[in-house]
Amino acid sequence: MRDDASAAGAVKAGGRGDTPAAGAVGAGPVTRQLRKTGLPAVEDLAQVMPPEEVRRRGPVAVFECFERIPCDPCCWSCQRGAVKPFGDINDLPEVDWERCNGCGLCVAACPGLAIFVVHEAYTDTTSLIKLPYEFLPLPEVGQLVGALDREGTRVGEARVVRVHKQREKMGTPVVWIEVERDLAHVVRNVTVAGGEQGE
Amino acid sequence: MLNPQVMVVGAGPAGMSAALAAADCGVKVLLVDFFSEPGGQLVKQTHKFFGSRGEHAGVRGIEIARLLGEKVRTHLGVELLLDTQVLGYYPDGVLTMERTVDGESEYLKARPRRLVVCAGASEKPLAFPGNDLPGVYGAGAVQTLMNVHGVMPGRRAVMVGAGNIGLIISYQLRQARVEVAAVVEAAPVIGGYAVHASKIRRLGVPILTSHSVKEAHGERELEGVTVWRVDERWQGIPGSERHFEADVLCLAVGLSPLAELLWQAGCRMAYVPELGGHVPWHDEHQQTSVPGIFVAGDAAGVEEASSAMVTGRMAGLAAAASLGSCPHYRELAGEARAQLEALRAGPPGEKIRKGLARLEEVARRAG
Ligand SMILES: Cc1cc2nc3c(=O)[nH]c(=O)nc-3n(C[C@H](O)[C@H](O)[C@H](O)COP(=O)(O)OP(=O)(O)OC[C@H]3O[C@@H](n4cnc5c(N)ncnc54)[C@H](O)[C@@H]3O)c2cc1C
Ligand code: SF4
Ligand code: SF4
Repeated sequence: MRDDASAAGAVKAGGRGDTPAAGAVGAGPVTRQLRKTGLPAVEDLAQVMPPEEVRRRGPVAVFECFERIPCDPCCWSCQRGAVKPFGDINDLPEVDWERCNGCGLCVAACPGLAIFVVHEAYTDTTSLIKLPYEFLPLPEVGQLVGALDREGTRVGEARVVRVHKQREKMGTPVVWIEVERDLAHVVRNVTVAGGEQGE
Repeated sequence: MLNPQVMVVGAGPAGMSAALAAADCGVKVLLVDFFSEPGGQLVKQTHKFFGSRGEHAGVRGIEIARLLGEKVRTHLGVELLLDTQVLGYYPDGVLTMERTVDGESEYLKARPRRLVVCAGASEKPLAFPGNDLPGVYGAGAVQTLMNVHGVMPGRRAVMVGAGNIGLIISYQLRQARVEVAAVVEAAPVIGGYAVHASKIRRLGVPILTSHSVKEAHGERELEGVTVWRVDERWQGIPGSERHFEADVLCLAVGLSPLAELLWQAGCRMAYVPELGGHVPWHDEHQQTSVPGIFVAGDAAGVEEASSAMVTGRMAGLAAAASLGSCPHYRELAGEARAQLEALRAGPPGEKIRKGLARLEEVARRAG
């Protein structure tokens, strides 16, 4: 098992060749689980998890983008130069944690809806998550919504802190939610009562 | 008889890019499309695109259609002829067309000096009992109903195919408030991008790999679908059946290039599964084996809108250059080539690279 710091260091092109299913059919060297089910495995997630001291410090972007594909909006949407320049459009995003302030611009820009901002120590007991949300109705500030994990299973409740509609035409709205601290890296979607996903 | 210097068939991303590139070189272009608005596949794509910044990555497909559409409508060098289907190519280089306005149709003819075919691709069918029931759709039809006409195709769907198209349309079905019972995929792994797969998993949609449709049920219309596990040879495994209630069964099992006009024109064709089926041989200038006839976009091999735009630009430039109207061809074509290479460089581009290599091989063998 890697420690956090080296896991973060591995978030770059070519740094993933040693993952379990390197021989998998299909696109990149991601785990067999991800290729078969669409659910990232623990190993996939470990590769993109910011180091603990970074996560403790404040909001930070977590890039759940594991596969080399021809895509780079995260790189040029970041105004702080926190996503290292891509040598090749197929590169995996590599984040400079020192520069990332968790602003969430990349969350709105990513066509894969693969980026989340997580502020683990938002309060003593809760974390803040900024996630992309492309369904109607959008939740409202203060509303309680269902908190869903990566499989769409309801794992708790979340309070909507902010809803950020993009100024740029048709950018992805970003919803800020507050959840119990132990759900910071579990919750990746919300369901709005009376809304699209029905309860 | 219309006599454009360059005629482009199809106003999708490839055709619009070809027309603009040629017209920018000062050539008069006739751009023809069967639909009543330009955009091709893009007019249905409400999701944000991948690809490079030059090809509008991160912008929604419908927005790219609008941007390019505005350019072709306002460019003085491009004449846009909509609601017009190109019917055939004759040995004397004449193309016939049927134009329909307010239910009245008229026949037109054109003899262009150069022809660029960007007709896109058509959906592949899938054979199983019940596939003729109302409610069984191609993915493109579902997308057109929802995103062009604003009609819900049904309440609960089963999607066949976990390539990018199947995954994206499942997402769009959910956005349209249609439940998606499952995505079934005969291959052992998901063909589309992992980010798209993860996106629909977060909505609670299961993806069943190594599964296919056994049959569709219903009296007068689709009521349910039986799926089963398949072995490595894609044969169904008895006893592994699962039943889903559904009033929509959506097939997203691949596309094949639309190349009838090129067959008619006598272009050398080759069967290359990696590129979607029968594809016209073409060189790196997008020229087919018949001098003066070019091909780009999905018609040249099923790929992506981003590469369709670049191959389209290349074809437009090459057509203009062959008329002596593109003095900076080498430089511009070089840029396009580099862009294409970058787009095709990663793991998802492997299939295309293999396909293009095979196309060369077939041509070499044919002499
Ligand atoms: C659901 C879905 C999602 C996709 N997502 C992406 C993505 O995220 N990123 C990406 O890069 N690509 C994506 N693509 C692929 C992309 O849409 C296609 O690769 C692209 O549109 C191909 O462009 P084209 O110009 O070759 O063909 P098309 O867009 O198919 O255009 C062909 C045009 O030719 C016209 N035509 C055909 N025959 C005739 C005729 N005889 N006479 C007159 N007109 C004719 C048609 O009416 C049509 O307008 C997606 C496709 C689908 C279906
Ligand atoms: S959250 Fe903001 S600073 Fe951090 S990578 Fe994204 S855009 Fe850059
Ligand atoms: S924009 Fe999103 S999907 Fe594209 S490379 Fe960046 S993180 Fe991955």
